[in-house]
Amino acid sequence: MLEESSEPGWLSEEVKTGTTIIAIEFDGGVVLGSDSRVSAGETVVNRVMNKLSLLHDKIYCALSGSAADAQTIAEMVNYQLDVHSIEVGEDPQVRSAATLVKNISYKYKEELSAHLIVAGWDKRGGGQVYVTLNGLLSRQPFAVGGSGSSYVYGFVDAEYRKAMSKEDCQQFVVNTLSLAMSRDGSSGGVAYLVTIDEKGAEEKCILGNELPTFYDQ
Amino acid sequence: MSSIGTGYDLSASTFSPDGRVFQVEYAMKAVENSSTAIGIRCKDGVVFGVEKLVLSKLYEQGSNKRIFNVDRHVGMAVAGLLADARSLSEVAREEASNFRSNYGHNIPLKYLSERVAMYVHAYTLYSAVRPFGCSFIFGSYDQDDGPQLYMVDPSGISFGYWGCAIGKAKQAAKTEIEKLQMKDMTCRELVKEVAKIIYIVHDEVKDKAFELELSWVGEVTNGKHELVPKDIRVEAEKYAKDSLEEEDDSDEDNM
Repeated sequence: MLEESSEPGWLSEEVKTGTTIIAIEFDGGVVLGSDSRVSAGETVVNRVMNKLSLLHDKIYCALSGSAADAQTIAEMVNYQLDVHSIEVGEDPQVRSAATLVKNISYKYKEELSAHLIVAGWDKRGGGQVYVTLNGLLSRQPFAVGGSGSSYVYGFVDAEYRKAMSKEDCQQFVVNTLSLAMSRDGSSGGVAYLVTIDEKGAEEKCILGNELPTFYDQ
Repeated sequence: MSSIGTGYDLSASTFSPDGRVFQVEYAMKAVENSSTAIGIRCKDGVVFGVEKLVLSKLYEQGSNKRIFNVDRHVGMAVAGLLADARSLSEVAREEASNFRSNYGHNIPLKYLSERVAMYVHAYTLYSAVRPFGCSFIFGSYDQDDGPQLYMVDPSGISFGYWGCAIGKAKQAAKTEIEKLQMKDMTCRELVKEVAKIIYIVHDEVKDKAFELELSWVGEVTNGKHELVPKDIRVEAEKYAKDSLEEEDDSDEDNM
């Protein structure tokens, strides 16, 4: 029987990390969180991808948008930070990492479609979160991004309080991710968490069935 | 007087049999012909003093500056061929500006002086160009790193200092600087001592008129490098002149 030669969607659709990402500062560090779903159109091509990418020992970034674009930016900045930290002879500042990401995002803003949230700890500024959407650079106490973030703006705006402790921040991030993952079709899977402070970066993975549940779950 | 190169000193790309690059040494001589510049780092800032010889009464006061601003928080005092120094100050400014553009924050002074030293060193490798005939002292103040002082010489090396002197009276100036307890002094106290040292090392017989150029960067200026305000400079010069009249020849000092 003759069939239209239709390739599977995932061969022709761009691979996006339709995503939920979040980063938040606390006194002495930051917490970053992300979901793990990578979609190509309607297909989930990877359900366990870690979207929290290392830029340096105590600086991470959260990827969203086009998977290829975001990963490439993160790799380039990781390389540039390695060279930079050796040249200046000390750990790089979070601001430097964010500026490097911003410079690439802005210069190639027409060609790229990725948004990276940069967060980390350095000895001068403590925990810092930077937003680099579309090539801007802005420091914020917390930031959310990706397709799932639209569903949780109300939640984060209502629940955020200044001067939360590290554990409160971790809980805040997990709650936000769980809510976004349950409503956004492009977010799901497991939740990845990275907590960065003076001592270093601690990675954690929370499986789908361990995430907090809310009404209707 | 050191030995003459005879044949091994025609280009910077030639070593002498005893392992010297004469062109670089000659460049350092050019620095020694120039009038003195000193830089001293104290506990809350850095102060520069330059003995600017006035060769003609027709010069406008304040012209031919020998202290430059490289970035908001970095100053540079030079000795040697002024034209070489001016072109290198542009190099330093570009480095600082590119760093800020790429990394989003003030350039650390150690890194800036290494980059400029690397540039100066490049000109000591080839016969097609001559080495730069100037030394400079960089100073900066930053809230986290505190005051920093670095010196770059024509051979292309850079060192960090608490106090350094370049130019014709550098030995005498170094002796004076070593007498100071700079780690315990503030910028305001140091300004007067710097003026005094310049007045001490100035040779009244050989060189006549001179202008004292003073600049500082530190907590007192909120991290911005600028020329010392006129009233403080006048006060410092008065202190310097009075101290010279009291003492004989700077042997017994006020410690």
